[in-house]
Amino acid sequence: MPVLTGRVVDNAGIIDAATEAALTRKLADFEAKSSDQIVVATVPSLDGEEIEPYANRLFRAWKLGQAGEDNGVLLLVANNDRKMRIEVGYGLEGTLTDLHTRLIIENDMVPAFRAGDFSGGIAKAVDDMVMVLQGNPEELEARGERNQQPPFNTDDLFFAIFISIWAIIFFGSIAASILPPIFGRKLGPGRYRWLGMTFEPNRRSSGGWSGSSGGGWSSGSGGGGFSGGGGSSGGGGSSGSW
Amino acid sequence: MLAQRLSSPFFFRNLPALLMMTIVLPLLAGCGYNTIPTAEESAKAAWSQVLNQYQRRADLIPNLVETVKGYAAHEKDTLDAVVEARAKATQVTVTPETLSDPEAVKRFQDSQAGLTSALSRLLAVVENYPDLKANQNFLALQAQLEGTENRIAVARRDYIEAVREYNLTLRTFPSVIWATLWFRGNQPFANFTIEEDKMQTPKVDFGTNTTQGG
Repeated sequence: MPVLTGRVVDNAGIIDAATEAALTRKLADFEAKSSDQIVVATVPSLDGEEIEPYANRLFRAWKLGQAGEDNGVLLLVANNDRKMRIEVGYGLEGTLTDLHTRLIIENDMVPAFRAGDFSGGIAKAVDDMVMVLQGNPEELEARGERNQQPPFNTDDLFFAIFISIWAIIFFGSIAASILPPIFGRKLGPGRYRWLGMTFEPNRRSSGGWSGSSGGGWSSGSGGGGFSGGGGSSGGGGSSGSW
Repeated sequence: MLAQRLSSPFFFRNLPALLMMTIVLPLLAGCGYNTIPTAEESAKAAWSQVLNQYQRRADLIPNLVETVKGYAAHEKDTLDAVVEARAKATQVTVTPETLSDPEAVKRFQDSQAGLTSALSRLLAVVENYPDLKANQNFLALQAQLEGTENRIAVARRDYIEAVREYNLTLRTFPSVIWATLWFRGNQPFANFTIEEDKMQTPKVDFGTNTTQGG
């Protein structure tokens, strides 16, 4: 299985550098606008597998498209097998239909590939896919807005802080009254020493119980790399060969 | 008040046991009570997806038959075979409740396999009609049909995987404990036995039939 290194994964080495850069830019722009993830992948060989199950496995492994929206598209070219496939995620099956993908393959890619112009064929296919996906602008924008991820979700953070403070107060006081009698050393009636602190569970003003929760949260930041958004595909799209 | 009650001698004597219970009970739930229903529901959902895609194929067929008829009316036998196979296939349904019945699943699989082979014969016949192959409507139908066949393949794969997981939960530790304690009614689901296309291979008779008597 190839590794998802970017929007254009040219493992077969058939796309020239200029086209690759242009495609990457175009696809990044398109995702910024619509949240649709289009990825172009080329592999030298399918190792004897049919292209349909291979493309589906690759799509699911890369999780193209946003989670819950499943709006990814995978354009896969298997160079030595002379086969290509456009695999469409569940969420785009209604927009980029099987017929669209078939026409794109037959009219854009097959003639260019037969002439040996892989870069040109792929670039044209990507253009047409973007065009089809833009065909319904309102829906496209709605999808883009739905999946716009704010860089920092303040609501979630406040909620997490609120819950942790509440939990520390609630469980901390319970623990402070229950645990010292069990694990601590008895100093006198109703007074226990535990963890270097003196607890008096039966008195309202208990000793200094400083509950320092040590769990710093890790920020799930992706370092600028490209990764799938968690989408899936049910085998939409179509295949062709040249 | 709470603290008063908590510090009673009875409470302290039983506290280790109580603590043990509060820790062990969630652990028990964590190690499997939910796994069987979860796996069962996802297998049922995968089955619905299989049905959904087969239904999609059945819905395409009347249109396809009409289109082909316009160009190749005298391929009546092939067309009738498709219509008949479709009628048969849509009659046999398997609800999620009967998924544990291997016979029902087998019947369903056979009827759909019959439709698959009738369809492939029709598409082979179509190769003789260049006008039809160039027809836009037919092209669209063909693309949809191919896409649907592929979706069926994906849905079947997903279902096979979901059933494998569900059947595993009924037979493996620790979830087998729950299976014997709570979910006695849960039977393993029947899976697709072999690929449809492999079922099409002609039977070779080596004379082992009773009629031939060896």
